[in-house]
Amino acid sequence: MNEIWAGIQAAFRLIVTLDADLVEITLRSLQVSLSALVVASVIALPFGTWLAIRRFRYRRATIATLNALMGLPPVVVGLIVYLLLSRSGPFGVLGLLFTPTAMIIAQVIIITPLIASITHQAMRELWAEYHDLLISLNTTKTQRILTLIWDGRRTLLTAALAGFGRAIGEVGAIMIVGGNIDHATRVLTTAIALETGKGDFALALGLGFVLIALALLVNFAIHALSRTEREGTW
Amino acid sequence: MVDAAPSVHLAGTLVKRRGKPILGPIDLDLSGSGFTIVLGPNGAGKTTLLKVLHGVERLSDGDVSWSVPDAQAREMQAYVFQSPIMLRRSVRQNLAYPLQLLGEDKASIATKVTDWARRIGLEDALDRPAPRLSGGERQKLALGRALIRNPQVLFLDEPCANLDGRSTREIEALLKGAQTAGTRIIMTTHDLGQARRLASDLVFLLHGRLHEQGQASAFFSSPCTPEAKAFLEGDIVE
Repeated sequence: MNEIWAGIQAAFRLIVTLDADLVEITLRSLQVSLSALVVASVIALPFGTWLAIRRFRYRRATIATLNALMGLPPVVVGLIVYLLLSRSGPFGVLGLLFTPTAMIIAQVIIITPLIASITHQAMRELWAEYHDLLISLNTTKTQRILTLIWDGRRTLLTAALAGFGRAIGEVGAIMIVGGNIDHATRVLTTAIALETGKGDFALALGLGFVLIALALLVNFAIHALSRTEREGTW
Repeated sequence: MVDAAPSVHLAGTLVKRRGKPILGPIDLDLSGSGFTIVLGPNGAGKTTLLKVLHGVERLSDGDVSWSVPDAQAREMQAYVFQSPIMLRRSVRQNLAYPLQLLGEDKASIATKVTDWARRIGLEDALDRPAPRLSGGERQKLALGRALIRNPQVLFLDEPCANLDGRSTREIEALLKGAQTAGTRIIMTTHDLGQARRLASDLVFLLHGRLHEQGQASAFFSSPCTPEAKAFLEGDIVE
C-alpha cells in the first residue's frame, strides 16, 4: 500500500516538475504509438471493410486467421521483427533495428489484426443494413467501402482506440526491437520495466500512473474531437 | 421532364431459391410511360419480379433485356424498398448522396436537395438525422432520394405498407407528380384500393407465375382468370 502511495506521489512530482526525462519518454511513447496507429488504421480500416462486403473462396479462413492474429504474442512479433531487421536479416541494410521506426513496425504488426477484426465485425452489420440500397444505387466497390467507413466512423473510432490501447501498453516487442536505449528508444512501458527491474517501484508506479493518464487523455480527446457521445445514437 | 423510359422484355425468366422456383418462368413486356402495378397476394413473387427488372436478382434461367444497354438501363433506374433504408446521415446528406455518386457539383446538389426537401415536406428537417424520422417521413425521404436523380424508371416495393392514410396520400401525390414528369413507375402492392387509384396497367402474379397483364380498367372490370376474379372479390387466394 505504501508503494502505491509512493507511486502516486512520484507521479505527481514528475508531472508537476515537468521532469525532462518523463516528458521525453512520454512524447516518444505517443510518437511511436500514434504513428503505429495511423499506419495500422490505413491498412486495417479499408481491409476490414473490404472483408465485410466481399465474398471470395477463402473468406472464412481469412476471417478466422485475422481473428487468430489478434492474439499474436508481442514477444514473438518482436523476435521476428528483430530477425528481419538485424544486420544478418533481409532488411538489415536499412539500419532500423533499435530505432523508433522498428518499434513502430512491431506495433503495426501487433495492432493491425485487432483493428481489422473489430472493423470487420462492425462493417458486417452496417453492410447488412446498407446492402440493398448501395447495390440498387449501382455503387462501385470503392464507393461502398468509403460509404461504410464514413457512416461507420464512430464504431471505427472504437476499433482504432482499441488498437491505440494495445500499442501504448505494449512492452515485449518494443523492448526487443527498440532495445530500451536512453534518449533514443525508451518509452513509458520499457521505462517501467527497467525501473521495476532496478527495484525502484515508486518511480515505476509513477510512470505507470502517467501511462494510464495518457491513455485516458488520448481517448477523451479523440471522443471530444469526433463528438462521439453527442451524435452516437445515429 | 424526364426522357422516355426504355422498354423491357422478360423471356422465360426463372428465379429459384434452394432449387424451388419462386418466380417464373414468365414472359412479360413492359413499355410506354404508364404506372404499372404488380398485384398479388403475399409470396406471389412481386418483390422478386421487381428485383429481376432492376437487375439485382440472380436469374436461374431466361433473360431480361432492356431496349438500351444494361449498364445504361441501371443508370436510368431507382428503387424504393418496402422498409426504407436510411443512411446514418442527416436528411440533407441522404438526399445529396445519389447526386454525389454521380459526381455533380456542390452548388447543383445544394439546389436540388433544397428543392426536393420542399417537395417531400421535409424542408424543416434537413439537418435532422434520417434514422430518427417517423415511418412516413422516412418513406418520403426514400422516395425523394430516388427521384432526385430524375430516373426514367422507378421501382417501388409496397412503399405505403404500414403507413397511415395521410402518409399514403402524400406518397401517392409524389408518385403521380413523378409520373406526370415522365417517370415510368412499376410498383408492387396488395392494396386493391391503391391499385385502382394509381394503375394505368397491371400485372397479376400468383405462385410466382404471371396470371394476367393488361390495362388496369379491363383487369378491374373483367378479370380473365378465376384466381384474379377471386382476388378482386377479396377471397383468400392461395
